[in-house]
Amino acid sequence: MALTPADAAAQDSSKTLRFIPQADLRSLDPIWTTAYITRNHGYMVYDTLFALDKDFKPQPQMVDSWTVSQDQKTYRFTLREGLKWHDGAPVTGADCIASIQRWAKRDPLGQKMAEAVDSYAADGDKSFTITLKEPFPLLIDGLAKPSSNTPFMMPKRVADTDAFQQITDPTGSGPFKFVKEEWVPGSKAVYVKNADYVPRKEPPSFAAGGKVAKVDRVEWIYIPDAATAAAALTAGEVDWFEQPPTDLLPLMQSNPDVTVANVDPLGNSGILRFNQLQPPFNNEKMRQAVLQLVDQRDYMRAVAGDEKNWQVCPSVYACNTPLASDAGSKGLFEKTNLDKAKALIKEAGYKGEKIVVISATDQWIVHNQALVTVELLKSAGLDAELQANDWGTLITRRTSKEPVDKGGWSIFHTWIAAPDLLTPAVNFALRANGEKAWFGWASDAKIEELRDAWFKAPDPATQKKLATDIQVEAFQSVPYVPTGQFLIPTAYRKNIQGIIVAPAVFLWNVEKK
Amino acid sequence: MFAYIIRRVAATIPVMFVVALFVFSLLYLSPGDPALIIAGDTATADDIARIRAALGLDQPFYVQFGTWLWHVVRGDLGISIFTNLPVTTLIAQRLEPTVALTLTTLVVAVSVAIPMGVAAAWKAGTWIDRLVMLFAVLGFSVPIFVVAYLLIFGFSIGLNWFPVQGYTSIRQGFLPFLRHITLPSIALGLTYAALIARITRASMLEVLSQDYIRTAQAKGLSNRQVLVGHALKNAAVPIATIIGIGVALLISGVVVTETVFAIPGLGRLTVDAILRRDYPIIQGVILLFSAAYVLVNLAVDVSYTLLDPRVRY
Repeated sequence: MALTPADAAAQDSSKTLRFIPQADLRSLDPIWTTAYITRNHGYMVYDTLFALDKDFKPQPQMVDSWTVSQDQKTYRFTLREGLKWHDGAPVTGADCIASIQRWAKRDPLGQKMAEAVDSYAADGDKSFTITLKEPFPLLIDGLAKPSSNTPFMMPKRVADTDAFQQITDPTGSGPFKFVKEEWVPGSKAVYVKNADYVPRKEPPSFAAGGKVAKVDRVEWIYIPDAATAAAALTAGEVDWFEQPPTDLLPLMQSNPDVTVANVDPLGNSGILRFNQLQPPFNNEKMRQAVLQLVDQRDYMRAVAGDEKNWQVCPSVYACNTPLASDAGSKGLFEKTNLDKAKALIKEAGYKGEKIVVISATDQWIVHNQALVTVELLKSAGLDAELQANDWGTLITRRTSKEPVDKGGWSIFHTWIAAPDLLTPAVNFALRANGEKAWFGWASDAKIEELRDAWFKAPDPATQKKLATDIQVEAFQSVPYVPTGQFLIPTAYRKNIQGIIVAPAVFLWNVEKK
Repeated sequence: MFAYIIRRVAATIPVMFVVALFVFSLLYLSPGDPALIIAGDTATADDIARIRAALGLDQPFYVQFGTWLWHVVRGDLGISIFTNLPVTTLIAQRLEPTVALTLTTLVVAVSVAIPMGVAAAWKAGTWIDRLVMLFAVLGFSVPIFVVAYLLIFGFSIGLNWFPVQGYTSIRQGFLPFLRHITLPSIALGLTYAALIARITRASMLEVLSQDYIRTAQAKGLSNRQVLVGHALKNAAVPIATIIGIGVALLISGVVVTETVFAIPGLGRLTVDAILRRDYPIIQGVILLFSAAYVLVNLAVDVSYTLLDPRVRY
């Protein structure tokens, strides 16, 4: 039986990168879903108009040049030469407009931007204009948004799909093409190098710079069992295991053919979220009490183990990013202030209301945090109970606004990747617009007022001040408690080189020696 | 016989209808909403409502069930909520690995277990008997995933004889296929073999105590002729029954085996679909499994007529 080219390439393993992704690729539409795995798929097959570099500054990616009018209301973009879709058609301004419009229907920052937009217009084949009703200083930042939903560019015929329906055509203009015929959801996704891609000349820097595909074929091999995945890496059946669990790291570190490294410099933040519609956490003093209890070191040991892989982060923004600070959090997060917590509980008039901490046993980061929280609450004399199911049940139950005795909840945990905690624009956990806020329904008019002002801030210094003010207010009204910032190391065979240090996984520039 | 088979096949239709209704109802009533998983953390209540409407999840139970059933009778099992691919496509992708794993496991288990059970019965009370019973106890007690990990550790990592994970279709070569399927078949087959060995032993012991066995021995037949030609044939009916019932064991065991060895089969497809509430896949696969189980039972019943000429339908 003759070999197909795919078989031949697969057999030439020096040109095929076999990668175990963090999750199963189920959806191909990075606008329809916020799942990080689909975002990562998006970075393989799509490109963006702008992208953040390692200093978190937006850089042109598909855009060659752009102008902004004196009144800051008209932006004109011109695309780079040679940009083509995977089917060979040229990328046009009309494609970009349709893509931006679709993204803005689902993404919160995009929605904010769309409120300010007066019109879009394609201007020739390679240019387009966005005209605003009022200045929107974050327009370029929005188009450079690194994480879900990332404003990936798609052909107009694809981007015209209703934003609440999935696309069926994965055509993009990125450095790799998706081979849909070989996709086995739950098992394997295959990409081949886009020979027509024109990379930028700059070196790669986070999501920006030149995206040079240095392998011919990439296979995402999803292995659900972590021990098997580690064994496959050890045996050389795969080249790179994106997120091995912490307890398997020593095993891989002892293998001379495997490198374990932190290639994500920012990591993720654990989150403890309150239900502010029901007692006792409808009382600000009770939330402040929990804030006093949280020692992030306990949470991080439970989640990330080795101290090399976590840090105490006393900020609502990702630490080691421009807006992070310890404003409003002095004395917090590095010890359990039990006496202060008890005083606040007394002040709040706690009457022994049951606190239900919901958890998901199939999400170890979530569950380990929940276990720590329940013990902390009990140590402060609170009536806390852990109710654990699976993630699907948790995210259903957290929509309930009912009391705990009618199926409601008091606290849940999750974790958010650092790119989604960079600014007040993307940090959805900071939203405090009550019933319209994220689950937990935090309500704080001052935070919302400061956030609105932040969008209109004319310069970085004002943005920084407003972001700091938001943080100070957040540690008063406590919409959530950050439980620490942790890294998830990655593990790869020693012959793999060129991995880009970034908060998301990018497979361009990676090669096998 | 032919009429009997037709009657049994026709009887699967109401059985599958009841199964479909039961599964659909369970999913409808159980906690979890795929729209929430799809919508993501930043979605508003309006977003979630729009997604539910787009997926038809806002319709009453009877409308959703009726619509789904209407498509099923026309061979359309629906579209996966998350992958947007037809359920029939997803099942077709995953069918071969599961069928291959199940068949090789059956072959391995039956070909090992029946001789062991026969030997244990023939040498009842001796060390052979005790060894077989020890195997049966261990096979039933040790979880499949433990066996799987041990096999991977020993034969894949240690000796490098077999790959750690994955599946290769037989169309890509018999040896590569065999290399990938061997360890999973052994892991899954151990429990199955333990069960068959025990039942074979018990059934054989009962038959070996019969007068006609003593007569056969007295007539000078060899041990082989007595054991295989007379005893095993008469003990075969309960063994065939347990092989059929054991298919249910295999279906549950397949999930664990496919997960540990990363085999892209139906078992994993089902579990993944349950965890993310991909209702069309769950419904489609359950229907398929129930049809398969009914047909396996039919095959076992038909096999009785081959094993025992006194059985006629």
